[in-house]
Amino acid sequence: MSLIVQNLTKIYAAQKALDQVSFEAEKGQVLGFLGPNGAGKSTTMKIATGFLLPDEGDVLINGISVLKSPQAVSKLIGYLPEHNPLYLDMYVREFLGFIAGLYGIKGQKAKSRIEELIPLCGLEVEAHKKINQLSKGYRQRVGLAKALIHDPEVIILDEPTTGLDPNQLVEIRALIKKISKEKTLILSTHIMQEVEAICEKVVIINKGKIVASDLLSNLKSEVGKVALILETEEALDLTWFGSIGQAEFVQDKQSTVSILVEDGSVGRKALLQIVQEKELNLISIQQKEKNLESIFQQITQSK
Amino acid sequence: MRALYWKEINAFFGNLSGFLILGVFLISVGLMVWVFPDSSVLAYGFADLEPLFVYTPYVFTFLIPAITMKMIAEEKKTGTWEILRTSPLGNLEIILAKYLAAFTLVFIAVLPTLVYYFSIVQLGDPVGNIDHAGFFGSWIGLLFIGAVFSAIGIFASALTSHQIIAFIWGVFMIFLLYFGLTALVQLQVMSSFALLLEELSLSYHYESMSRGVIEAQNVAYFLSIIILMLGLTVILIRRK
Repeated sequence: MSLIVQNLTKIYAAQKALDQVSFEAEKGQVLGFLGPNGAGKSTTMKIATGFLLPDEGDVLINGISVLKSPQAVSKLIGYLPEHNPLYLDMYVREFLGFIAGLYGIKGQKAKSRIEELIPLCGLEVEAHKKINQLSKGYRQRVGLAKALIHDPEVIILDEPTTGLDPNQLVEIRALIKKISKEKTLILSTHIMQEVEAICEKVVIINKGKIVASDLLSNLKSEVGKVALILETEEALDLTWFGSIGQAEFVQDKQSTVSILVEDGSVGRKALLQIVQEKELNLISIQQKEKNLESIFQQITQSK
Repeated sequence: MRALYWKEINAFFGNLSGFLILGVFLISVGLMVWVFPDSSVLAYGFADLEPLFVYTPYVFTFLIPAITMKMIAEEKKTGTWEILRTSPLGNLEIILAKYLAAFTLVFIAVLPTLVYYFSIVQLGDPVGNIDHAGFFGSWIGLLFIGAVFSAIGIFASALTSHQIIAFIWGVFMIFLLYFGLTALVQLQVMSSFALLLEELSLSYHYESMSRGVIEAQNVAYFLSIIILMLGLTVILIRRK
């Protein structure tokens, strides 16, 4: 395990921001860290990078405790903080050179690393500019280059794709995917499509507590009941569908019901039978997979 | 640490405000030493640079907090503090790099005043008739004063994330330590602590250096204040 979060608890004045948070991330795996706003995602990441101290618990990076040796850990972590702070007065290369210096990379080595990262992060066109002249998407790339400069083992990205346009989104995601092959990568987000696009493992946090932690595929099948939506011309009666699954009207329309079933094909057959028995005028039957978005809503709103 | 040190120096000269601060310092000191009749060396009639050493601490009181005010406060405000704190630099290294940069800038500001010394050497009658030891004692004393003020300024900058508040705190603390303690001594009620207060004040040790002797106790006093201020700063910025 290259990153282990153990029982983190963090208390701000009156609020428990984190409550016994534990999870693990493996090498070569992209871990998506999800949660509504204010759930404690950034706090967890700030503790993992050694910026904040937890009230309880610890974070181990390759077996090294961030509490005991934050300096050693910081060399192993590449971090893109939330809001992506940068020195706006610096030129792109100057900034990357400064960061390289902070991490003890000097001279020719630093230069060649910077020249390597600029095309990798798609910064060629903008590399000669000052950071305050760059658009948000390019600043984000500079932040990403900053996180990668010392070739860290563990990469922590706090909402790396906020404020990007759709093209930039695709490019940054592809970049993240590319980087993640030999690294441990954690990214926080509240965009579900992003998680489905790049993450293998998902940890969902809500009000400071871990509410789900699993592989994306398991998570989807676990909660993954199928919803069948039946629309007819006549008004329907919910009791007709009691034997198939849990039924409810869609948007209070008497003629449309949604029924949650375990197995789609069995459910559809049963539904058609009812349609024939009651001699209903069928308009449509639709089947909806539960996607991550609905899973997320279900988990974070019920508790 | 070196990277951060150079970043601070570059940031200072990277925009006009850095040159403005240096310019204002040199112009105001120049005016006081050479032009204003009340304090001018030329009007004074002796080959002596006392006005330089009397008035520079006043200018320093405003100049040095202006140099240091953004060093920590600004980083906190823009969030770049997080970049530094998650880098392999420890607290002490961050503070030392910033402190050394501040002191370097003060040194750069004071350096041109050596020209005054050569001017006076030439103006003396006969040429070279100046108290050399007195000058260099005072000049080194001035650097020590600058070093102490820089440490106070760094501490003030760590107190807040607003530059202006950092500036005001810096000026206030310097004022208290340099002028305040000496002024307190003159109060009647303080007469029993007078000697102690006198010895605690910066100006007392500064003036005693201007006699041209660098005494260990003065140096120890300056160094201990610097260490105290930087130590407090490190405590202030520890992780929470």
